Amino acid sequence: MSNVTQNSDPLIIAGKEYRSRLLVGTGKYKDIDETASAIAASGAEIVTVAVRRTNMGQNPGEPNILDVLTPDRYTILPNTAGCYDAETAIRTCRLARELLDGHNLVKLEVLGDEKTLFPDVIATLKAAEVLVKDGFDVMVYTNDDPIVARELEAIGCIVIMPLAAPIGSGLGIRNPLNIRTIVENAKVPVLVDAGVGTASDAAVAMELGCDGVLMNTAIAAAKHPVLMASAMRKAIEAGREAFLAGRMPAKRFASASSPIEGLFF
Amino acid sequence: MKIVLNGSSREIADGTLVSELVEALALGGQRFAVEINAELIPRSRFAEHRLNPDDKVEIIQAVGGG
Repeated sequence: MSNVTQNSDPLIIAGKEYRSRLLVGTGKYKDIDETASAIAASGAEIVTVAVRRTNMGQNPGEPNILDVLTPDRYTILPNTAGCYDAETAIRTCRLARELLDGHNLVKLEVLGDEKTLFPDVIATLKAAEVLVKDGFDVMVYTNDDPIVARELEAIGCIVIMPLAAPIGSGLGIRNPLNIRTIVENAKVPVLVDAGVGTASDAAVAMELGCDGVLMNTAIAAAKHPVLMASAMRKAIEAGREAFLAGRMPAKRFASASSPIEGLFF
Repeated sequence: MKIVLNGSSREIADGTLVSELVEALALGGQRFAVEINAELIPRSRFAEHRLNPDDKVEIIQAVGGG
């Protein structure tokens, strides 16, 4: 059992096995070197990227993120961040698929509001339906609502990714019981996506039974991103092992750890 | 003729092919994808797809993001 998380307990997404249950974003870092170092320290095998206009001729020597985080080493997960309607999210996914030579895995997020960055779940459901029919493997960002999560799974999304708290907020898991309900209902992997602030939040997500955690700001906005990436890797592993181990029941009063029998006084 | 390339107006020769535009922009060897008037143009069609006046061309790439 000692190496259960490393060897015999893979995370399976779209038929591919991953040893790491930590997925990381690549935004908000100081520069591309810090991005690469933090991601290496995190042990993540799946990294998200955004899709944006090419910066024509202004920085010709600047390396592209995919030159540093190459698709042969990492599973690239293009996201639809910044999309506020189903149409643009679908367009973004199609562009990403072309960009990555037919790679079908996408992270769908359709945002509803700039202040909260909460998902527009109605538009998310619509976009998911079109994308699944179009052959995409959809990992979907959603609210911590078990009913919406169930619908997204019924549509054919391959991973359900409820938020822990608003994107970039670092508030931790605000609604752990809903996350647990989503996990219990789901037959596909459930990842907490967004809202984690520090290592204990990641461990809690895993202890709730989540299959993994996707995070960006918690690492990138730490004072020492590379160190936080390493902390997150350990927290994910610890949380997973604790979940598999099955925690003791919490009790209100004490229970002595040493035997009563044989007391000599 | 005029097209709108990544949000900016640009003058190009009438009947320019997507492949010619890509070459003129020195994008060879980079990973990018092209959309014209909100429709994806697969790489395999760059050499046959001619641009029309007022086409809205988007050339996109991957960037860091969550």
